[in-house]
Amino acid sequence: MLVLVGGALLSPRAASQEPLPERIEFNRHVRPILSNNCFLCHGPDKNARESGLRLDIREEALAERDGMHAIVPGDLAASEVVRRILSADPDEKMPPVDSERHLSEREIAVLTRWIEEGAAYEPHWAYVRPELADAPAVATPGWVRNPVDRYVLHDLEAAGLGPSPEADRVTLIRRLSFDLIGLPPTSAEVEAFVGDASPDAYERLVERLLASPHYGERMAIYWLDLVRYADTVGYHGDQVRGMAPYRDYVIQAFNENMPFDQFTREQLAGDLLEKPTVTQQVASGFNRLNMVTREGGAQAEDYLARYAADRVRTTATAWLGSSMGCAQCHDHKFDPFTIKDFYSFGAFFADIEEEGVQNNLGNEGLFPPFLTFPDDAQRESLRAYEEKLARLEGLIALHDVPSLDAVEQECRALKREKSQFELGLLTSAITVPAEPRMMRVLPRGNWMDDTGEVVTPAVPAFLGGMWQRGERPTRLDLAAWLTDRDNPLTARVFVNRLWKQYFGVGIARVLDDFGSQGEWPKHPELLDCLAVEFMERGWDVKHMVRLLVTSAAYRQTSVVDGTLKERDPENRMIARQSRFRLPAELVRDNALRVSGLIDLSLGGRSVFPYQPAGYYSLLNFPTRDYPEEHGRNLYRRGVYMHWQRTFLHPGLVAFDAPSREECTAERVVSNSPQQALTLLNDPIYVEAARCFAERILAEGGESADAKIAWAYREALSRQPEAREVEVMRGLYEEHYRQYLEDGAAAEAFIRIGEKPAPEGMAPAQLAAWSSVSRTLLNLHETIYRY
Amino acid sequence: MDSVNAHLLRETRRQFLGRATRGIGSMALASLLNPGLLSAAPAESDPWRGLIQPLHTRAKAKRIIYLYMAGGPSHLETFDFKPELIRLDGQPMPESFTKGEQVAQLQGQELRCMGAQFPFARHGQCGHEMTSLFPHMAAIADELCIIKSMQTEQINHDPAHTFMNSGTAISGRPSMGSWMLYGLGSECENLPGFVVMTSWAGRSPQPVSTRQWHSGFLPSKFQGVQFHSKGDPVHYIGSPAGVNDARQRDIVDAVQTLNGYHDEAVDEAEIATRISQYEMAFRMQTSVPDLVEIRDEPQHILDMYGTQGADGTFAFNCLLARRMAERGVRFIQLYHRGWDHHNDLKNFMEISSGCVDQATAALVKDLKQRGMLEDTLIIWGGEFGRTPMVQADKGGPGRDHHIKGFSMCMAGGGIKPGFSYGETDELGYNAVKDVVSVHDFHATILHQMGIDHKKLTYRYQGRDFRLTDVAGNVVKGILA
Repeated sequence: MLVLVGGALLSPRAASQEPLPERIEFNRHVRPILSNNCFLCHGPDKNARESGLRLDIREEALAERDGMHAIVPGDLAASEVVRRILSADPDEKMPPVDSERHLSEREIAVLTRWIEEGAAYEPHWAYVRPELADAPAVATPGWVRNPVDRYVLHDLEAAGLGPSPEADRVTLIRRLSFDLIGLPPTSAEVEAFVGDASPDAYERLVERLLASPHYGERMAIYWLDLVRYADTVGYHGDQVRGMAPYRDYVIQAFNENMPFDQFTREQLAGDLLEKPTVTQQVASGFNRLNMVTREGGAQAEDYLARYAADRVRTTATAWLGSSMGCAQCHDHKFDPFTIKDFYSFGAFFADIEEEGVQNNLGNEGLFPPFLTFPDDAQRESLRAYEEKLARLEGLIALHDVPSLDAVEQECRALKREKSQFELGLLTSAITVPAEPRMMRVLPRGNWMDDTGEVVTPAVPAFLGGMWQRGERPTRLDLAAWLTDRDNPLTARVFVNRLWKQYFGVGIARVLDDFGSQGEWPKHPELLDCLAVEFMERGWDVKHMVRLLVTSAAYRQTSVVDGTLKERDPENRMIARQSRFRLPAELVRDNALRVSGLIDLSLGGRSVFPYQPAGYYSLLNFPTRDYPEEHGRNLYRRGVYMHWQRTFLHPGLVAFDAPSREECTAERVVSNSPQQALTLLNDPIYVEAARCFAERILAEGGESADAKIAWAYREALSRQPEAREVEVMRGLYEEHYRQYLEDGAAAEAFIRIGEKPAPEGMAPAQLAAWSSVSRTLLNLHETIYRY
Repeated sequence: MDSVNAHLLRETRRQFLGRATRGIGSMALASLLNPGLLSAAPAESDPWRGLIQPLHTRAKAKRIIYLYMAGGPSHLETFDFKPELIRLDGQPMPESFTKGEQVAQLQGQELRCMGAQFPFARHGQCGHEMTSLFPHMAAIADELCIIKSMQTEQINHDPAHTFMNSGTAISGRPSMGSWMLYGLGSECENLPGFVVMTSWAGRSPQPVSTRQWHSGFLPSKFQGVQFHSKGDPVHYIGSPAGVNDARQRDIVDAVQTLNGYHDEAVDEAEIATRISQYEMAFRMQTSVPDLVEIRDEPQHILDMYGTQGADGTFAFNCLLARRMAERGVRFIQLYHRGWDHHNDLKNFMEISSGCVDQATAALVKDLKQRGMLEDTLIIWGGEFGRTPMVQADKGGPGRDHHIKGFSMCMAGGGIKPGFSYGETDELGYNAVKDVVSVHDFHATILHQMGIDHKKLTYRYQGRDFRLTDVAGNVVKGILA
């Protein structure tokens, strides 16, 4: 287990066992070594630079310094770097002995070979405009269904590997259903697809799923993680902000296949469009999704600086896959982002109307500016409030009252009452443009230091220039720059995340860092081909999804033999499909769907399903009661669950849903006892199991074996094996016997959950079959996508 | 049917254990992705044993009990005696101290000194100066190490908590308990390795977010698990109504057996982990109720802590903390909320200290009499201290948040007992001698656990993150 010596090595480095490559390429082989071991002191950050030497720029590395040259191309003996990395003298050795970094023998070999061969540098792959390479040749073109496959197959053949066979039809429809709409197929859908012999059955299935309104719900999950969508503000009292219409905007945008450049523009700058529609204003709520505070004693300037930094981190991660956030206190250590880049980027958002600390309405009001979406009666009440307020304010303005104090007091009370009323409405915070605040570089990120230079909006120069309409660049210009054909990052970052969604691991593994410290993409030409296709097809998201899921690569089986697993454990080569656990929301949706409990209505306010009592007891300002739902809203999809940042629903937490306080590009995936406890004991899963049992009893046929087979088809879309039937029959018979004897236990069990058990179903039968269905809902196979 | 399933289960285990010892390459990789598997080699139920093997230094402490005084207790009414401040009581605060410094709620107010509201006296052989608010802790003064020169960077509660727990004010980073579990693993097979409990009494309590015990970008198995005083002690720990232990066991057995069959068909490493997690979950269903059921504690122990049973008090939580420590829980964090004394400080200090003094002392004494104090590190302190200046706009005199100097207190775990470290200036404003930053504090507690803080890293977004960010020095002066 030598590989486990340092946390950094948690990223597997199979590379270290590989032989040296035929040709040393700077980007692929050398840059990662330099970045990881040298750039911290000899890289872009001028303040951390030692001996004035930087190794990230060729001219600097080759320059003479005190009569020495760090690198002399082709001359190992004259290259100081070589002498230092080979030195046994602890005072001379590089990286320094106490730096916690050291070069492996292979890394030293790569560096020396590279210098020997002339020390050629290349611009970082992700910062160069993506171009379409010539489609690679393949030996077995019969497998190729679309361009994706050509690239995959080319690399497989080069590695002496071949693709895996296509998965069986049941697996395919389950995989597609989970991937595209986040729900399992019904048994009727499975049967229809398995029985469909027409040559385009698969493609028609894909089209059906892409046209489903649930496609947008599935896609939204990952976008909402990136933009850190939540229903509450996160800091301190974690009050409600009300953003559900923004969430619905995202779902609808995916469903309508809004081009990604428009999607970008409306979110970053919907408010700056000419006569923005309500939808575009709602979209601009993206700029309002950051955490905000209302804590007493908080200073507005301090928090405005935090909000600005948060927006830079999020926008840079979501669109550019870049860790620009690291340049908040100093120049970036590994990539060419300067501290000035960071604050100049933040200046794009300096015109957003907001308060640093918004507590003039006490703890309970919403966070203006926002739009309200009242029904007719609510609209009436709102109008009444506004009329009254206007009258009072008019009186105050004219001093036309005997007791000004009393009127002012009345006015304040009324505002408070109105804000209370608004809390019960559907609302969405939006962006309203205002006069831009002055922005400075904050040295070491310190908001109290006003010695930094004043900045205006600008994009990092090394990423190419920006076209601007007016004197001062705006968020509209930023959106245009992000989705310009010349932008090297946005399209790559987006298609790479799609790839991750459909193949389990990104082409470039690190989804949120395309910089030096990220990882060289496994199939760079494929990534660029997809990025170019995305841009040239007008940023058509469904087109890209279709391209990926109709490829032969996607359709491969995920069953893998030991040799391939050994050789490519992470499935970077795509010689098979990957398997992964469903995301938190879908674990829930799947159980609700299988049980028949699910309510598939779309959109609207966030919902409050069952939650352990007292979970919000540590909240304050104000204290909170959990307004648990009754009726159909208990069974809505996970994407609609109320997202309380500081106390996210424990069922979501257990399955790794992020709090969405920060931009999350990739959820961690864990496997914990909390997951078992949730699936076993959370009342929603118990109720789902009981309702599933009701269906087993009503529709599953006569014999126990028939019922078990029916249940397997419903939950897993397959027939059980004989030994599986045996386990389930044994469980059912034993528990049926026990529940017959202990009628009270059966009665207590079937009362869990709000939906009543049907009259006339024998409690012992229902409880015993629930043991079978609980078992099914707890299976690994049930919560996995294959 | 039980015996059939039990047999099948054994078979399944045997098979996947056999598999686990084949092909070290794939196992190593699988364990990288899913650390739980690494320990699956000897027995699948073993908990995660930690990344740092062997430890960087000899561990002085095996576990930590962190008594977190949420809200920020005044150092000036607890451990930091400032006669000069008492002399200047009511006088304007000299501007040389406050100019250009951050304030919280005192923004725009006149700054006047307020001397200690309670008398100090010397206690123990070591002569620790403490106020009359802490008679029980004063009686064990010789066990305590008091750091009087703490500084933090965050002046509002929410980010200050986040900074104290995760070394940064930015959300989404792992808390120190999560780092501990990631680095050291758990010693306990049927309880979570990182437990959090809360209590409240005193002034209107500040919210405390789950962010404070979140695992951030680390796998969420390293997250702190909150124990609740009402309802299920741990979420979803109780079987559904109508399902007794035997029936729950039957279901878990069926799940395990069927998962085992499935593994044969698809050969999926995660299934082995899932099977072990179901075992752990089932064991927790029994061990958690056993833990919180304190019938076996004699009356004199209850009296020593000052609790009569499951009453949700700090005292009861301290007793549970000892029971957890005995069972091998690695990191136990007890929040007592109610220390945010902007007004009526005198009254609220009495309430808050009354809730924690006796139980804190009892915990130290109880661990000592069981021989566990030497390898249990106890930490007592809040997210910041309070201003030497009075806050007078919210009622009776209080104190505002203060970050430039405050006190923390430790016991056991290889820390010098009966020792005082660092000093603030004559008014208790700035830590001026042997300043201890939050990063230093983190580096020190990691060191006591056998970890070099610079070597416990996790790569995220291309950067090797640490609990101590890019700073931190072990405070050697307090090491025994």
